[in-house]
Amino acid sequence: MYGWEMLSFNIHDGFLEAIVRGNRSGLLTAADYNNLCQCETLDDIKMHLTATEYGPYLQNEPSPLHTTTIVEKCTLKLVDEYKHMLCQANEPLSTFLQYITYGHMIDNVVLIVTGTLHERDVNELLEKCHPLGMFDSIASLAVAQNMRELYRLVLVDTPLAPYFSECITSEDLDDMNIEIMRNTLYKAYLEDFYKFCQKLGGATAEIMCDLLSFEADRRAVNITINSIGTELTRDDRRKLYSNFGLLYPYGHEELAVCEDVDQVRGAMEKYPPYQSIFSRISYGESQMLDKAFYEEEVRRLCLSFEQQFHYAVFFAYIRLREQEIRNLMWISECVAQNQKNRVHDSVVFIF
Amino acid sequence: MSSDSSWARALVQISPYTFAAIGIAVSIGVSVLGAAWGIFITGSSLIGASIKAPRITSKNLISVIFCEAVAIYGVIVAIILQTKLESVPSSQMYAPESLRAGYAIFASGLIVGFANLVCGVCVGIIGSSCALSDAQNSSLFVKILVIEIFGSALGLFGVIVGIIMSAQATWPARA
Repeated sequence: MYGWEMLSFNIHDGFLEAIVRGNRSGLLTAADYNNLCQCETLDDIKMHLTATEYGPYLQNEPSPLHTTTIVEKCTLKLVDEYKHMLCQANEPLSTFLQYITYGHMIDNVVLIVTGTLHERDVNELLEKCHPLGMFDSIASLAVAQNMRELYRLVLVDTPLAPYFSECITSEDLDDMNIEIMRNTLYKAYLEDFYKFCQKLGGATAEIMCDLLSFEADRRAVNITINSIGTELTRDDRRKLYSNFGLLYPYGHEELAVCEDVDQVRGAMEKYPPYQSIFSRISYGESQMLDKAFYEEEVRRLCLSFEQQFHYAVFFAYIRLREQEIRNLMWISECVAQNQKNRVHDSVVFIF
Repeated sequence: MSSDSSWARALVQISPYTFAAIGIAVSIGVSVLGAAWGIFITGSSLIGASIKAPRITSKNLISVIFCEAVAIYGVIVAIILQTKLESVPSSQMYAPESLRAGYAIFASGLIVGFANLVCGVCVGIIGSSCALSDAQNSSLFVKILVIEIFGSALGLFGVIVGIIMSAQATWPARA
């Protein structure tokens, strides 16, 4: 019942909620980003980061630093925090936390399968996988030749198995197929997560459904923009959109028939929450769209901390850390490649 | 009263001492339940929040003390109520005055018990928010403390009415 979770939420989850809020105060602030953007070398960045919560992870790194090392260590911190939370969590919070990683699992599966298709070394690919999305039999993904084998040999034992029901075909894997598989899986995953959150009820359902709807809508727009000019038919495109969210169902009908970016814009501007995103981008410019969506997402994630006694803070914290790692990666890449004038292009301030 | 087998008659047949004893039990038992509930809501958040911000622990003990005060109200009223119990001759057991005394102590216990239950839960929830927000921004502590004080005043209302109510409990004088 809505509102009454205040009475019982803390029995199982009060301690962890307080911990995750404590972790949140360790996120880098605008002042930190301003300092980081002033850095001249990667060692400067390391020096600034040692003053933050990343300190213990970076301080023993030898001096010729690489961007990948910084990103790897920052991700390691996120993974450590995630594992700590998962150890402490009770049902249904532990299921909720596991749901958060399924997105990374899908990305990892796609990464390995695409890599194998292009004849890359499996170990090299495994290093690139996101550690949150690892599962035991991930290395054996490389042997699969088509979707059916992929499913039967490997994925049937993973949590992703139920999501595969819609995309089992005997066709050989190719780039297009894999991309469709990724989006079909993601669609099934988001719908499942959405249903799970609705089942949890209360403030969790209210906030998580809003966040997931935004995610689904963002994916719908990205699918549309990326599929313009490809051989994907309108019906196939329509099938990749998740069956919930603000755009469902009329917005999806409009997006399915879009032929260029300005038509997408026309379809999206009918929805007030997305109007503000599109109004910030000038016509014909789809590069900045990603950043605008990220900014809106971060704004929504930060707002979820304004309410107490719900699970969305865990989701929001992990997402905000991931955004922070993306920011750090961009800043260090810009510094490493002497492109400091572009440093503000893709950094999304969190606070 | 009504016919011989009605609920109203059953209520009148219950000894006033039973009512009085239940009243006293509810007054302390339910108050302690409320206090304990509040302390665990506050405490679990406080422990978690103090990992990253250890400075909040001693300040936020005030929230725990506010919850504890709720249990003390219950103890005080239970003691007051039990001093109201007097023995009456068995001929006077079901006299209207005895019944009134029994009901008064019963009602007083219910009032205090449930007022303190919700008061304890209320203070506990505010205390939990207080701990979390103090950990983020220490200037919020005093502001939320004011809210907490108003919350804990709710329990006092119950105590006041309960004590006035129990003043009605006068047993028939020994003949």
